[in-house]
Amino acid sequence: MDWGWALKNSWLIPALPLFSFAVVGLLVRPISKKAAGIVATLSVAAAAVVAWMVAWEYFHLYPPGGAHPTIIPWSFEWLRFQAGLTASMGVLVDPISVLLMVVVTTVSALIHLYSIGYMAGDRGYGRFFTFMNLFTASMLGLVVAPNIIQMYVCWELVGVSSFLLIGFYYERPSAVAASKKAFVVTRFADLGFLIGVLILTFYGYGVFQECAPAVAPQAAAVSGVANLQPFDFLYLTSPAVLAHLNAITIGLGGITLLTLAMILVFMGAAGKSAMFPLHIWLPDAMEGPTPVSALIHAATMVVAGVYLVARLMPAFAASSDALMVVVYVGAFTCAFAALIGITQDDIKRVLAFSTLSQLGYMMLALGVVTMANPLGYTASMFHLFTHAFFKALLFLGAGAVIHAVHTNNIWEMGGLARKMPITHALFLIATLAIAGVWPLAGFFSKDEILAAALGGRWYGVFAIALFVAGLTAFYMFRIYFVTFWGKHHSHGAEHAREAPAVMWLPMGVLGLASIVAGFVPMAQFVSIGAGAEEHGINMAVAIPASVVGLIGIALAWFFYGNDLARAERAAVALGALHRTVKQKFYIDEAYLFVTHNIIIKYISRPIAWFDRHVVDGGVNLSAWTTRALGARLRQAQTGQVQTYGVWYVGGFMLVLLVLWAAMHQS
Amino acid sequence: MTEFLTAIKPGAGHWLVLSAILFSVGLYGLLSRRNAVGVLMAVELMLNSAALNFVVLNRYVAPGRVDGQMMALFVIAVAAAEVVVGMAIFVALFRHRSTIDVTRMDIMKF
Repeated sequence: MDWGWALKNSWLIPALPLFSFAVVGLLVRPISKKAAGIVATLSVAAAAVVAWMVAWEYFHLYPPGGAHPTIIPWSFEWLRFQAGLTASMGVLVDPISVLLMVVVTTVSALIHLYSIGYMAGDRGYGRFFTFMNLFTASMLGLVVAPNIIQMYVCWELVGVSSFLLIGFYYERPSAVAASKKAFVVTRFADLGFLIGVLILTFYGYGVFQECAPAVAPQAAAVSGVANLQPFDFLYLTSPAVLAHLNAITIGLGGITLLTLAMILVFMGAAGKSAMFPLHIWLPDAMEGPTPVSALIHAATMVVAGVYLVARLMPAFAASSDALMVVVYVGAFTCAFAALIGITQDDIKRVLAFSTLSQLGYMMLALGVVTMANPLGYTASMFHLFTHAFFKALLFLGAGAVIHAVHTNNIWEMGGLARKMPITHALFLIATLAIAGVWPLAGFFSKDEILAAALGGRWYGVFAIALFVAGLTAFYMFRIYFVTFWGKHHSHGAEHAREAPAVMWLPMGVLGLASIVAGFVPMAQFVSIGAGAEEHGINMAVAIPASVVGLIGIALAWFFYGNDLARAERAAVALGALHRTVKQKFYIDEAYLFVTHNIIIKYISRPIAWFDRHVVDGGVNLSAWTTRALGARLRQAQTGQVQTYGVWYVGGFMLVLLVLWAAMHQS
Repeated sequence: MTEFLTAIKPGAGHWLVLSAILFSVGLYGLLSRRNAVGVLMAVELMLNSAALNFVVLNRYVAPGRVDGQMMALFVIAVAAAEVVVGMAIFVALFRHRSTIDVTRMDIMKF
């Protein structure tokens, strides 16, 4: 296989941050905090360079517009269960993994650089960079995973890193609670993921002998896989295996085994990508430092769920019921989150709900994919690509603002356009991008999603997505106007200063990306099934989307541009409705109610009682028995020689008796 | 009457039974006497029963030799030496504990 240097050494991409995690955490951090930040940033930057080289080499090998097979240029055998069942660790290179490698490393490197300025002076500075490196390494391991085992391992590692980083300010009870919530919710979702994985691999392994020969030759020739394993994605997504899984029906309502497995896997994806009803952890995750929110909860970790669905797309496509679940959950989350985002006061919470909404877009784009109309796949990945840039920029900008004004509440900001011109300009670019204004990136990716929905004749979903595009423009410009226009509403806002260069330089790069990323002809690079078709701008979609976006901006200007009293009057007029939406539809309260009154009272307490009294009681009983027996037995030690003499003579007579009986018998 | 008494000619077995009885009595005394000197007396009885055993077997198995009788003399000598040592211990013990009741010698117990 004529692979270039970068492809052969693509293991460097997850390995550099992993190695840096160990080095910074153990060696550099105790010595020099400043060096920790620099080493951490440089390692991710080096990984980014390798990622770009891999992208260059891959797309030279398989030029855009043609076929893009999956190749696995590096792997090693990790766990050997038996000869035909091994789990390996490796690097899988195909269009979406290249896309994610590039996005994750680039955005992560920029955010590391930004954090050098943002986290300066913090007591946990070294710890922050250690965990950020761990996260980057885990996310990259997830993205390049050639089999489902490596993906699951890195999936959990990413969850752990998120836990560590959300709870970074561990002295704050709210941060600790938020990190616990994030971990428990995603772990619960991972239960579904694990069961789905087990179903797929178990049945896949069962038919390995018959289905592998269909895939193995091509795997060996093109992908460089010497021996295919049942865990490999190449095997699990092959038509033979999927047909076999689709043929088995299970009892409940006649759904096939494949549908069940894919719905369970989607449960895991829904947890990580915060789809309804597992979305509750993401707004609370804003307790972490802003660079963490930018990297993990906007650009990278939350897209892991979308990536998983994309990676297993052939399996999902073979089971249309599972795809329907994906579409409906995605569309619902999209609308639900946008509605809540309109009412929030905390700038990071608005951005969190915005992320939820955009993730809903990505999911529904994947859900409308069929072999006849595969545009959704490209659209979803395109939106993932552009969203990473402008959402990270929005968070970094919010971070700069929070850093300057020392509050998260938008009503305490105001007039920052004059005080922080660079941040203002970049934030405006990002806001225009997310609102889908031509020619910025969001316009192209969002329109492609809408076009995919329309092309698949999902008219209801198209309508919802269009409506949410308007809502997006509305709530994003709401925070823009309140934060940057008008009078200063607090002392902090009056004395705000522009962010240092180490912070606005990465933001500038992201701003540039938000402008030009839309012009990448994504369909040439990322596609599935029938392949790329260039259409240019689809006017049937572009015009309604732009109109809706402009209406959203206009309404935001009407309510928040000049006189904020209009907004307050509207909020009062809507009364209970406004309150309900602002309280996030009381979903958190519902969860708490169920947890405290049902799960803890009727399940946890009895189990705890059983554990303490029956299980521990059993162990205590054995100890008590031993002690009682010992107390009785030791009374044989009287200390008197004659007692011992009696025992001796008695025993001796017994032995003689036995001997006599034995001799008598023979 | 005398015919009855002289009808049974004593053989080795009869003498060995006597020796066993003596041994058992000595064993019983060893295990049940309270007085330490009493225990020593019981031990003497056991040793003497062993000596009787030697002599009896000498008379009935190898009458021409004197091995058994020599052994009995040895046993008597050793028993005497042993009694000396035992009495010395009991004197020292009495000086310490003011008693030679063996049931009171029970410090090494639970």
